[in-house]
Amino acid sequence: MAAVQDGQHNLEVEKDIKTEITNDGSGNINANSSSPGSTSSGGKSKSPAGSGEDQQTLLAVLQFLKRNKLTESVDILRREAGLSADADDSPVSESAGAGSGGVPNVGADGGDANSLLSRVSIATPVAPPATAPPKVVAASGGEDQPDVNVVLSAYSQQGDPVMYPLYYNGLKKFIESVLDCHRAELSQVFYPLFVHMYLELVYNNHENEAKQFFEKFSGDQECYYEEDLRILSSMSKKEHMKGNETMLDFRTSKFVLRISRDSYQLLKRHLQERQNNQIWNIIQEHLYIDIFDGMPRSKSQIDAMSGSLAGEGKRDANKAKVFYGLLKEPEIEVPLDDEDEEAENEEGKPKKKKPKKDSMGSKSKKQDPNAPQQTRIPLPELKDSDKLDKIMNMKEATKKIRLGPDNLPSICFYSFLNAYQGLTAVDFTDDSSLIAGGFADSTVRVWSVTPKKLRRVKSAADLSNIDKESDDVLERIMDEKTASESKILYGHSGPVYGISFSPDRNYLLSSSEDGTVRLWSLQTFTCLVGYKGHNYPVWDTQFSPYGYYFISGGHDRVARLWATDHYQPLRMFAGHLADITCTRFHPNANYVATGSADRTIRLWDVLTGNCVRILTGHKGPIHSLAFSPNGKFMASGATDSRVLLWDVGHGLMVGELKGHTDTIYALKFSRDGEILASGSMDNTVKLWDTLKAFDDVELDDFTAATGHIHLPENSQELLLGTYMTKSTPVIHLHFTRRNLLLAAGAYNP
Amino acid sequence: MAEERRPKQCTVVLPTESMKAMAESIGVGQLQEESCAALSEEVSYRIKEIAQDALKFMHHGKRRKLTTSDIDHALKLKNVEPLYGFQSQEFIPFRFASGGGRELHFYEEKEVDLSDIINTPLPRVPLDVSLKAHWLSIEGVQPAIPENPPPAPKEQQKAESTEPLKVVKPGQEEEGSIQKGQGATSAEAKGKKEGLMRMKPRSTHELSVEQQLYYKEITEACVGSCEAKRAEALQSIATDPGLYQMLPRFSTFISEGVRVNVVQNNLALLIYLMRMVKALMDNPTLYLEKYLHELIPAVVTCIVSKQLCLRPDVDNHWALRDFAARLMAQSCKTFSTTTNNIQSRITKTFTKSWLDEKTQWTTRYGCIAGLSELGPDVIKTLILPRLTVEGARIKAVSEGPVVSNIDKIGADHVQSLLLKHCASVIAKTRPLPDNMEQYRADYGYLGPMLCSHVVKARAQAALQAQQVNRTTLTITQPRPTLTVSQSGIGGSGGSRSPSIIKVPSSLTLMSTRPGTPTQPSPPATKYIVMATSAGASSTQQVITLSSSSGSSVTSTVASATSTLQPLVKLESRGAGGLGGSRPLQKYIVVSLPTSASSSLESKSGMLPPSSSTSPISLEAGMKMDRSDSPGASTQSPH
Repeated sequence: MAAVQDGQHNLEVEKDIKTEITNDGSGNINANSSSPGSTSSGGKSKSPAGSGEDQQTLLAVLQFLKRNKLTESVDILRREAGLSADADDSPVSESAGAGSGGVPNVGADGGDANSLLSRVSIATPVAPPATAPPKVVAASGGEDQPDVNVVLSAYSQQGDPVMYPLYYNGLKKFIESVLDCHRAELSQVFYPLFVHMYLELVYNNHENEAKQFFEKFSGDQECYYEEDLRILSSMSKKEHMKGNETMLDFRTSKFVLRISRDSYQLLKRHLQERQNNQIWNIIQEHLYIDIFDGMPRSKSQIDAMSGSLAGEGKRDANKAKVFYGLLKEPEIEVPLDDEDEEAENEEGKPKKKKPKKDSMGSKSKKQDPNAPQQTRIPLPELKDSDKLDKIMNMKEATKKIRLGPDNLPSICFYSFLNAYQGLTAVDFTDDSSLIAGGFADSTVRVWSVTPKKLRRVKSAADLSNIDKESDDVLERIMDEKTASESKILYGHSGPVYGISFSPDRNYLLSSSEDGTVRLWSLQTFTCLVGYKGHNYPVWDTQFSPYGYYFISGGHDRVARLWATDHYQPLRMFAGHLADITCTRFHPNANYVATGSADRTIRLWDVLTGNCVRILTGHKGPIHSLAFSPNGKFMASGATDSRVLLWDVGHGLMVGELKGHTDTIYALKFSRDGEILASGSMDNTVKLWDTLKAFDDVELDDFTAATGHIHLPENSQELLLGTYMTKSTPVIHLHFTRRNLLLAAGAYNP
Repeated sequence: MAEERRPKQCTVVLPTESMKAMAESIGVGQLQEESCAALSEEVSYRIKEIAQDALKFMHHGKRRKLTTSDIDHALKLKNVEPLYGFQSQEFIPFRFASGGGRELHFYEEKEVDLSDIINTPLPRVPLDVSLKAHWLSIEGVQPAIPENPPPAPKEQQKAESTEPLKVVKPGQEEEGSIQKGQGATSAEAKGKKEGLMRMKPRSTHELSVEQQLYYKEITEACVGSCEAKRAEALQSIATDPGLYQMLPRFSTFISEGVRVNVVQNNLALLIYLMRMVKALMDNPTLYLEKYLHELIPAVVTCIVSKQLCLRPDVDNHWALRDFAARLMAQSCKTFSTTTNNIQSRITKTFTKSWLDEKTQWTTRYGCIAGLSELGPDVIKTLILPRLTVEGARIKAVSEGPVVSNIDKIGADHVQSLLLKHCASVIAKTRPLPDNMEQYRADYGYLGPMLCSHVVKARAQAALQAQQVNRTTLTITQPRPTLTVSQSGIGGSGGSRSPSIIKVPSSLTLMSTRPGTPTQPSPPATKYIVMATSAGASSTQQVITLSSSSGSSVTSTVASATSTLQPLVKLESRGAGGLGGSRPLQKYIVVSLPTSASSSLESKSGMLPPSSSTSPISLEAGMKMDRSDSPGASTQSPH
């Protein structure tokens, strides 16, 4: 550990973020989630639910905690429950929500016991790996059974199985007959209703009826639900429901629909007139209907936003303020001793530079109003070498090419030859001097793409012989004999799915199928730490733009924030309903975006651990994310072969880029954010005009408030170039500091 | 991944027989039907679950192919021990066997002798991963280097030629859509902003310095004296992807070259130019349609020109005509459409000059060669009816007073050409027996010779068919994508193991048109030959799948069945003897793993009925056809 990071940061990490190592993490979350950010307790107290049911809920939680030997949490819970009997349900729901994957502000909806219970019990599949040390997890397989039963029991209401298709058909007829403007909105009800009716049939052992029901109506569902329908169709027995993750997701998280008040009234009236209790019950229990006032949305608007596993994100979920601005750059005295020409450049065109760069001129020291406080999260101090690097960066930046539709970047493609389909991850350093590849054979390889070869530091014995006073001591500690163009790092025991260089190029992170994240030193080319915590494959990891922190996410549906010198995570971001497939830091390091197989993107606040944005719209697992350099926008790519553009501040989708024909694995904004490059399995690199894309979007107050956005159909106008590779899927993209685009992929002959 | 329709997936469940078989394989006999049903549903569900998880690993592995390691990882995720020892290969061949009313699909694991493994030298170490950089794009333009894909795919070249105003430059396919003043490259964009009209392509006419050098090198090598260099150059023309920009120049080069050299009677150069045409046609990335107006006249010239060489009596200009005729036939096949009607126009041209009385023997030869290369249909309709007339003409030259040596040679060549092409067609269409007198009556002077040629052709065809039968017995290729089942009748008695076919294998034979074994002709018919040997009853049977697309009688039947029948149709025409002396043999097999009762059947055999004991149980819907003239021939590529 000594070598990990300079031990000198007396950062207030410990003070600020209470990551007591003694606490086992769930307490950590409790502390986080009761932070002022959440607003749930108010709505809660109004809920008509009897206190007896609340009591039940509490007991269930306590039971669960005890079973998992989380005594500390039990104590906390007890204390809090005893302390204020009135509000006792709020911490419960909070802890359940946060610990289990519930949406942090679930509290707003009704407090009936069933839904509460259900939220509690999602904790079971997720919480053990998330909150407890590994030994507990090992036993979790058997333990989650009873809780699953609790979840499932909600389905036990008996209805006449023969009536189900009739009910469904009746509703279908009704919806088809309503006015056009309402039809699109009400049609959203079909899919969740279909799923829950099917599950009810299956749960109550009406296997044949369920099959018939499925065959009759599955064709009506939107095509983008096909994946889920397939999983559903394979479930035909009650026994299958246990332990099926997708099923649990459906059951435990309310499917969120956004419907205008008029349409909702229409639906409600119809169902009450018909005494159609079966459907009404389902809507009450399993659906969350987010009612808004105003014009009903059109079909295309709805389609743009739907597609995720649990419906759209609630509007409330995206209300929290996000400080998307950039942090002020520390002032560094730029030695202008070199050429005058360069100095002139800097004076001559100051407006060209981003606000980030402005900081070096003394005149513009205004704080970006959207930026978080400089010390909102503690960042590592700059070392001398970092400063040198920053100066280099600025010098390079002055030579940067201004890109635009008339000035496309050159693309240099790095092909991995003889990888035998084994290349799984690639990363470049920020200065583009090193390239690292993760492979399916568990190795990590690092190449130097500059003439400077990779050298190891000498062994301890040799180091002691070095004259420490000499000027070139940094040069002398290197072992010339080990110089080579590439180095192989052995240590993982499974395919390496994520890889990331630290900004200072001293470290490399890799995440693997074996459930660990490893930190490698690029001085000694050895493994320094193996971070254990995820017990399942870790799909992605990334260093914070300021180093020190890093984020990882994987199959256990929890994203973790780590600091390199802590062997336990500082934060756990739980809430996704399926694997977390990619993780990205916001350029100001205060936020983290995660993309998931539940087809949503979430933005998490590093300080509070809250989920501040839920972005829906993708129709497939998300495999790539990228923030624009100014932090205002985000791009995401998924298996649905579309790139979506998001406004982070408003939490809105602002663009859709169609053109690829396969999964998009790589996205990157140019250094000035003018061009977005996307790389895909379909062997192409495409360049998009993002300036135009963001300009075209008009954001008036109404759309900002309701989130009902009309997406312009302009993919073709935005596409600036398509570059085919020779049967080489593009899996990583990187803009050098001078805006040369580097791409990487493995050649598959 | 989601091609299949959903309703289907809902019902896919492993058959209960599989459960039984699996239970038996681990020593549990007498599994009840209900347990089997319950088990199969459970197992199907679990398998689907695992497959879903495995897909996840495939996606994260950035692959399109699911590998066995993905399955292993998915199992690990479920806390199940992975399957050891299943290494991912390109595919895992499943074998199929049935017997005793049971069917099995199994993964064949050969017993391995350890000492063999130890003694074999280690395989070569696979190459290590390495990194290579190249320019995918330079300021928005993709350079035409081997590392990049062909700059303009065929479709794009086609689009260019059909819609010349919508110019698309490599790497900027969207450029057409940005005509509203959003040019892609800086220089052009500025210039183009005023004028919305796009003029004819400029890229096709300007060659970079490298391309100019290349063009010079290639053309010089192609017509130069060094044969090795020429071969290299032709190879380059036939394979290099980025030639489309030079295509107009090549085309002009060839047509001009032919024009000049025909006048100068420079046979060698004409041959070289024709080889260039061939190479261009072989290049899969070129869209030649645009340049046919230059190439076809050049080729036709080389077929029918009166004189192609300085000394017509000595030089072998006949070979050039043959070669060019083949080229012509090939281009007819690839480029003829309903709009350009190349084939009919060419046919008309040839026929017209052939019918002309004054046509010289050389041109006559070219016309006939050109026509006969167009296929048996053309021969049947256009050449056969004129055999008598042509025969008389040849007779006049060869038996009459000697006019000139050149004429005599020409007549000889025409005669042998006619015999060669017509014999094969007649052999297929004309019913037996081959009567000399009858032939004379039908075809005149050439009749008797034709008769002997036909007899020869038939014999050869029969011989070859037989050879195929014999050779395929030994063919065992480890790539059986089709499997054959044979229910050995009681061969294995009451034992549990059904009679398993030991060497089921399939291979694809490229064969020429049936009946013309000696002469290679373009349409490659695919034959799938399956060799099987029944485990118990040592019969060995060969089944040939023929879907010959010739003009013969059989072919119509075959093609008809193949369209009707989605199943694999296997049919073999056994060795037919001369004049029906040998019995015909035919096996027809339809075998699909899913079909409930696939069986192999042998009907009438060289093998005596006593030894071949296969029961006759034909799959419904299977068609049998017996070739009337046993001339089917196949050529094994071995």
